[in-house]
Amino acid sequence: MIAPNSLPRVLHEASGRPLSLAQHEEAFASAPRSGSLFEHLEASGLTGRGGAAFPTARKAKLIREQRSHNKFMVVNAMEGEPSSHKDRTLLSANPHLVLDGAEFLASVIGAKNIAVCVSRDNPAAVNHLKRAIHERERRSLRGPKLELHTPPWRYVAGEESALVHWLDDNESLPQYRPLRPHILRIGHGPVLVDNAETCAHVGLIGRFGSDWFRSVGTSANPGSTLVSVSGAVERPTVLEVALGTPLRSILEAAGADTTPQAVLLGGYGGTWFDGSRIDVPYASDTLQPLGATTGAGIIVVLPRNGCGIVETQRIAKWMANESARQCGPCAFGLPAIAEDLVHLTTNSRDAQAAYQRLVERCGVIEGRGACRHPDGVVRLVRTALDVFATDIESHLRGDHCAGSRSGQYFASVPSIEREEELVWE
Amino acid sequence: MGIRRRSGGFVLSVNPILCDGFGHCAELAPDLVHLDEWGYPIITTIPVPLSNLAALESARYAVRGCPRQALRIDRISDPS
Repeated sequence: MIAPNSLPRVLHEASGRPLSLAQHEEAFASAPRSGSLFEHLEASGLTGRGGAAFPTARKAKLIREQRSHNKFMVVNAMEGEPSSHKDRTLLSANPHLVLDGAEFLASVIGAKNIAVCVSRDNPAAVNHLKRAIHERERRSLRGPKLELHTPPWRYVAGEESALVHWLDDNESLPQYRPLRPHILRIGHGPVLVDNAETCAHVGLIGRFGSDWFRSVGTSANPGSTLVSVSGAVERPTVLEVALGTPLRSILEAAGADTTPQAVLLGGYGGTWFDGSRIDVPYASDTLQPLGATTGAGIIVVLPRNGCGIVETQRIAKWMANESARQCGPCAFGLPAIAEDLVHLTTNSRDAQAAYQRLVERCGVIEGRGACRHPDGVVRLVRTALDVFATDIESHLRGDHCAGSRSGQYFASVPSIEREEELVWE
Repeated sequence: MGIRRRSGGFVLSVNPILCDGFGHCAELAPDLVHLDEWGYPIITTIPVPLSNLAALESARYAVRGCPRQALRIDRISDPS
């Protein structure tokens, strides 16, 4: 058993190779627990680690109350965010812990099938999972049926409705869900979708109980979380930290620049956060009043010699191309926003007009897509306009900052594929 | 005619995936819908009272006049 107050938890005994089933069982020896698994899940206060931070127990309860013989448990390890590495790190450290959690959740909701989804562009994780599933099948064939699925990699393909739509033999496109909470279905069977890291935490709660889980973190945000730190660091790392750890000590532990200009929190649909406020505890209840989120645990560090506007422009351009092009405000609005940002950053005569248009368009696009993809981009651009306000003023005057002229970039953005080349199924 | 339920309100809402920006809704219900620069509808999210018969009528015209059948009327009951 892992001691209550110690870290790492989900990355316990992590080495270069994934733990085999025997090693895993030895390292995570089960403790007898009282009370049902669902009670422990509710008492633990675990929230989803995929970005939305929705209480896992409440989501499981919704599916548990459905009457069906054909429920599905879906593990979402798609990891669409280019600067997130936590799911692949987790799967290459200990795939069995994720599968344990998925089996616990399947028993809570009464599912007979578990679908583990990893993008097909991630062959290492696919192989680790194949091997882990094979090991489990060799040991026993009881319990829910495990299946590995490999959807195409797209930013929006990891969105839960797109993922379930793909599993239901369709294209991996987000769906319109006007009534919330909405129950996703494969065929007629209700589906519970949880992030791979969430499943790993459930695997630990199922073994050691909720009191053990709450021994780390704050009372409002218990437990630990994986963060992917990239940008101005020696090398991008994935760390496991207790929720409520000051952002500064996370940066120190990752070997990052501790006097950054700003940090990008949550992912490419997340928020810029001013570098002078990094003493704040890293947890959603303390970040939310400051207009930031933990999101999918992504921290991109932007040093003093970087230009936030240029970074935002690169991200927005890529995000615009990753739109599924289903909804007008997203298909036309996001490229327009990216274009406005280009006008801001280059020596263009209508920079002032572009700035006005940008502010206007941000207000128009928000909340008008089927999924939250456009809202995320708008949030990123809005916080950029707020955090880099002085930089924008100098850009508008025409004197571009040193960072924008150096041609040095800190956020990793994949190359933009042409529209005809995007694969959806 | 039967008794009309006049309490509560309604919201016109659009399925953004189906919508192709024909813009008929903005002509049929100009008080509820206006178009953005790309021709897609921006619909007021504030509930309109059902007693506003002219608005309800125009919303129904918009729903029936949509070539993609992307619009719907959601009733919202009074909190009282």
